[in-house]
Amino acid sequence: MDNDIVIQVSDLTKRYGEILAVDHISFEVKEGEVFGFLGPNGAGKTTTIRILTGLSKPTDGNASIFGLDVNSEILQIKKYIGVVPEISNLYDELSAMDNLIFMAQLYGIPAFERKKRAQELLKTFRLYERKDSPFRTFSRGMKRALTIAAALIHNPKILFLDEPTVGLDVVAARSLRNLISNLRQQGITIFLTTHYLEEADLLCDRVAILVKGKILAIDTPLSLKEKTDKKSLEEAFMKITGLEPEILAIEKGK
Amino acid sequence: MGRDNLRGIFYIALKDIKTYYLKPPAVSWGIVFPITWILAFYLRNPGDFKELVPGLIAMTILFSTTSAEAVVINFELRIGSLERLLLAPISIAAVLLGKVLGGVIFGFLMTTIVTIVSVAVLKIHPNVLYLILIILPSLFVFSSLGALLCVMVKEVFEAQTLLNLPRFLIIFLSGVVYPISKMPLVLQYFSYVLPLTYTIDGLRESFSAGLSKIILLDTSILTIFFIVFIFPAIKLLYKKFE
Repeated sequence: MDNDIVIQVSDLTKRYGEILAVDHISFEVKEGEVFGFLGPNGAGKTTTIRILTGLSKPTDGNASIFGLDVNSEILQIKKYIGVVPEISNLYDELSAMDNLIFMAQLYGIPAFERKKRAQELLKTFRLYERKDSPFRTFSRGMKRALTIAAALIHNPKILFLDEPTVGLDVVAARSLRNLISNLRQQGITIFLTTHYLEEADLLCDRVAILVKGKILAIDTPLSLKEKTDKKSLEEAFMKITGLEPEILAIEKGK
Repeated sequence: MGRDNLRGIFYIALKDIKTYYLKPPAVSWGIVFPITWILAFYLRNPGDFKELVPGLIAMTILFSTTSAEAVVINFELRIGSLERLLLAPISIAAVLLGKVLGGVIFGFLMTTIVTIVSVAVLKIHPNVLYLILIILPSLFVFSSLGALLCVMVKEVFEAQTLLNLPRFLIIFLSGVVYPISKMPLVLQYFSYVLPLTYTIDGLRESFSAGLSKIILLDTSILTIFFIVFIFPAIKLLYKKFE
């Protein structure tokens, strides 16, 4: 295994009864890169993240993070990863500060550092003025920002972001993208799932295109555009996934 | 169980007490409800109120530990907060034990208040060591029973409905208000598989300077009930994340 590979997935499969959610996928993520996991709804993006973060068990195949097996060494892995789920799931009743301090407690951050770290993150995410406000009073964009802050409380080396800009307005989404770029500059490896292809084109070093649980292509956005002879990642995505004829058929129907 | 898990259990319990338990509905179910019930029984059949004190304490244990359990587990499962806990470096078992400990600590606070007030007002003198030996395992038993019933269902309302059935059955069949010896034989047998029977028995012994052997037997049986409830609860929660 290369020294700079931090996530290694081999033949990973997840089956829910008759449904094959993830179908023998294999890929690697290098240290410090932004890796995009692209696909339509139901492609298996979230399922893959859930397996890699220990929230679900694979039916078959292997996955490791920093050489640690996700099945048997997940508690060790969790110390190195931060996860931002699709739904902002912090505690409504707790204030922004209390939510971050609670997360810091769970990660075993020493008492004297907890408040300092929480304050730093609240300032970084421009939420410091609302530090004592309950989470439930936050706007969707603020909730998203605080959820990311919570995922960063223990200085993770890898950040999993599951559809981070879904439901955000243009300004909040743009602000979040800038934040992701900043995190990358700090050396954090980012595993990003999204179905916003412009976002992936803008942020990702490499992307994997996933449809019905199978990876159809992995490459840089530029290379995918060149290989498919398309100008945008969206068009390349359409061609790779075979969605293009469907779109054309709809347009002809007009 | 490593240091990370023990720390997780402690902080989850504290967070739950702050977020859910020290709120009017939980306090109402935990303390007002048992007092109201006991008063209702007393008014229906007046006698020596001291006789009802073990029942009052037992009901406080039962209701305070299970008062917010449905919300604490099922609500968090529904909104995804429970998953947030599982993203931290702690096991599923530690998360569930944290939830159970939250109920235990809240139950201990409520039970302590009810016991101290009862003892002071009625001028009765229980064996404090015996009381502790009965109350502590009982708190763990009923908090884990609440957790078990909650992880068996998906929705908060289902959990609340499912919790009410055994709670009321337990009150009537465990000798809280009606002596087990006066029940029909079939119901007497049934009462022996209910954990509150041993709580009541132990509490009565504690208030009547009973035998330490009986206290130890009750404590041992209650510990077995805790094991019987907690392991399936953990297993069921694991299944939800497979």
